[in-house]
Amino acid sequence: MRTSSLKRSAYQSLVMLFLKTTNYIIIGLWGLLSLVNAHPLDYAKPKLSDYEFFREPISKQISIDSIFPYRISTPLFTDYAFKARFIVLPERGRITYVNEDIFDFPVGTIFIKTFYYPSDFRVPEANWNVIETRLLVHTPEGWTGYPYIWNNEQTDAYLEIAGGRQNVSWIDKKGISQSVHYRIPNFNMCKDCHVIDNVFQPIGPKPRILNCENAYGGTPQNQLEKMIEWNMVENMPPLESIPITAEWDNNHYSLNDRARAYLDMNCAHCHNSKGPANTSGLFLEYHEKDRKKLGVLKPPIAAGRGSGGLSFNIVPGKPNESIFIFRMESIDPGILMPESGRKMVHKEGVALIRDWIESMGGNP
Amino acid sequence: MKNCLPLNHFVFLWLLTNFLFPRFEKEFQTKLILTESGDVLEIPEGTQNLLGTLSLEGKENIIIRGKGVDVSILSFAQQEDGAEGLKIINCKNIQLEHFTIQDSKGDGIKVQDTDGITFVNVKTEWTKGPNSKNGAYGIYPVQCRNVVIDSCISIGASDAGIYVGQSEQIIVKNSEAFHNVAGIEIENSFNVDVFDNYVHHNTGGILIFDLPDLIVKKGQNVRVFDNRVEENNLDNFAPPGNIVSTVPAGTGIMVLATSDIEIFNNRILNNKSVGTGIVSYFMTELPVTDSLYNPYTSAIYIHDNVYKRKKQIPTLKHDIGKLLFIKFGRDVPDIIYDGMPDPKYTDSDGVVFPERNLCIYNNSGSEFVNLEIDINFEKWYTPYFTRFSQDVSRFSCELPPLKEVLTSH
Repeated sequence: MRTSSLKRSAYQSLVMLFLKTTNYIIIGLWGLLSLVNAHPLDYAKPKLSDYEFFREPISKQISIDSIFPYRISTPLFTDYAFKARFIVLPERGRITYVNEDIFDFPVGTIFIKTFYYPSDFRVPEANWNVIETRLLVHTPEGWTGYPYIWNNEQTDAYLEIAGGRQNVSWIDKKGISQSVHYRIPNFNMCKDCHVIDNVFQPIGPKPRILNCENAYGGTPQNQLEKMIEWNMVENMPPLESIPITAEWDNNHYSLNDRARAYLDMNCAHCHNSKGPANTSGLFLEYHEKDRKKLGVLKPPIAAGRGSGGLSFNIVPGKPNESIFIFRMESIDPGILMPESGRKMVHKEGVALIRDWIESMGGNP
Repeated sequence: MKNCLPLNHFVFLWLLTNFLFPRFEKEFQTKLILTESGDVLEIPEGTQNLLGTLSLEGKENIIIRGKGVDVSILSFAQQEDGAEGLKIINCKNIQLEHFTIQDSKGDGIKVQDTDGITFVNVKTEWTKGPNSKNGAYGIYPVQCRNVVIDSCISIGASDAGIYVGQSEQIIVKNSEAFHNVAGIEIENSFNVDVFDNYVHHNTGGILIFDLPDLIVKKGQNVRVFDNRVEENNLDNFAPPGNIVSTVPAGTGIMVLATSDIEIFNNRILNNKSVGTGIVSYFMTELPVTDSLYNPYTSAIYIHDNVYKRKKQIPTLKHDIGKLLFIKFGRDVPDIIYDGMPDPKYTDSDGVVFPERNLCIYNNSGSEFVNLEIDINFEKWYTPYFTRFSQDVSRFSCELPPLKEVLTSH
């Protein structure tokens, strides 16, 4: 009796041992597999505060010492939202300069972009309404973007892959009150702009676009220079040799350069030969030289109502006959350009492109 | 009154959340983001109001399934952001079935850069009738491979109801399109079968176009057969500037600058201006600067179609219509050729190589006219004084049939 029960318990413990080990093997395999097949969302943390990017209170957007704040020379217009931008490099990670258009960022890099509205634009440093923070993360499987939405208390922001909408109001620079039903993009909409040639990638932080001054607490300095100081970049050539993309609102640059920079940053992320708007044959990158591809006397392809009854994208000297202006001045979602990220008219941007088209008059 | 307050509060909150972000929209968009290969995403019965585009991106083997056309309805009448109703981009093997998309501000369903896209029993519609304020395209695959559009309905598009652009391996069948500017349009696409469709009461029924300045340069191998193309006499309501705004009201089938086309066994009835038009890009009078673009048509085979046309005045809102009226009154010929053969395929005497000819064979009730625009359209008034050739003998020939299109999904 006793021996058989001993036997049985020995047998049982063997089985248990076997089960346990196979369990570990299975869990191990599962872990490996899930690493291989990681869903892009696996790399996201639920709250912005989980990343520990900022000093408290985090809504002030003061980053910790290792994080590099930056600006870009000509930003994308997003319904007059202010943006705070930062680069987070992984420990000992360094950026490699490839050419004027490409910085190669190491795996682990995170870009932070926070969208906020000061309640009065004439006092931009006070009373912020922080709306959303987008993270662009370089995961082992490539770049991916995560939208975080700030709570009403402004204490933290939460991952929300479906995005959202919010009523936002403010006093503009002229003292006039403004408001918008602000759209926070969903996880897929990040890709509307960031996927080029089927690869998710950053758009703004190109050497030629970072090649401008930033305030740095009162002592303005070139950003690329600052990046060298911080020892962030490898293979950076002498700064003089890196082209500068114009600042759209800085009269120091020519009208043509400012207009082209504006189109480059607001349109060309889709309107390039490898972007989602390549169906249109309209290509608006900074380096594009073919005037037809830039829209000059080019008829639309699939614009539908977007043509506004006009025949060409640009009629030199005639902004009112140019589809560019018609679509930039529209707020109808079936007409307006860019397709996402804008619900208001960017009056200053339209004025710039108007002047540019006007200026082509003498030189059709 | 006081007792009502919590309820009011609740109603207010409910209104707020639903207006800012309708619950269905948020839930369904979340599903579209999290879905994995093999999933079926169900659209429930009833009308769902959405404020923004729904998007599916980078997914494989997904079915989006409603409970039926006009049973599961996604309405975009209150849309405030996004240029489409449903957008699918960079996917593989996607099937859409049994639902309706209404009143999107831009296109109804746009599918881009996707290999394997099947629409079965899907309807896109603008509910307020033909109007230039309607979105451009109903069902709109572009830069796709292996496209099947089966038993779909498209109504009211201000450009084309069913529009396939810059794609390859395409079948459009058993579908219905009406009250659009173009019923079905195939643009810069190759290996296409369009059959068993009912295309009626549009401005133009079936258009096969090649346009310059695009990445996919050349459309070819298009078969259009067993379709009913009737009464496409709707006034053109496309916003000017778009190529379809140049299509005369009363067009049955039109081939523009495309080659290797077979049009057969169709019933092409009572289209008042152009039963079947075969024209080069020069007819649009738009400039061509794309050096890789071929503006001519060639190897067009029109056979065994039934043409019937009651006596009626062609459109007078289009120069071609006016010209046809002056020349032919209410008895306009059915097949109209602009007489511009591809110089690449003509010998030194201007005779077209037989295998690249326009061939018109064994159609019933078809009258023919050759506009020969290179000699007859020198000045704006010259066409009114010439006598157009109606001699079809140069085009009485046969071409080898084109191959059936097989899609791999």
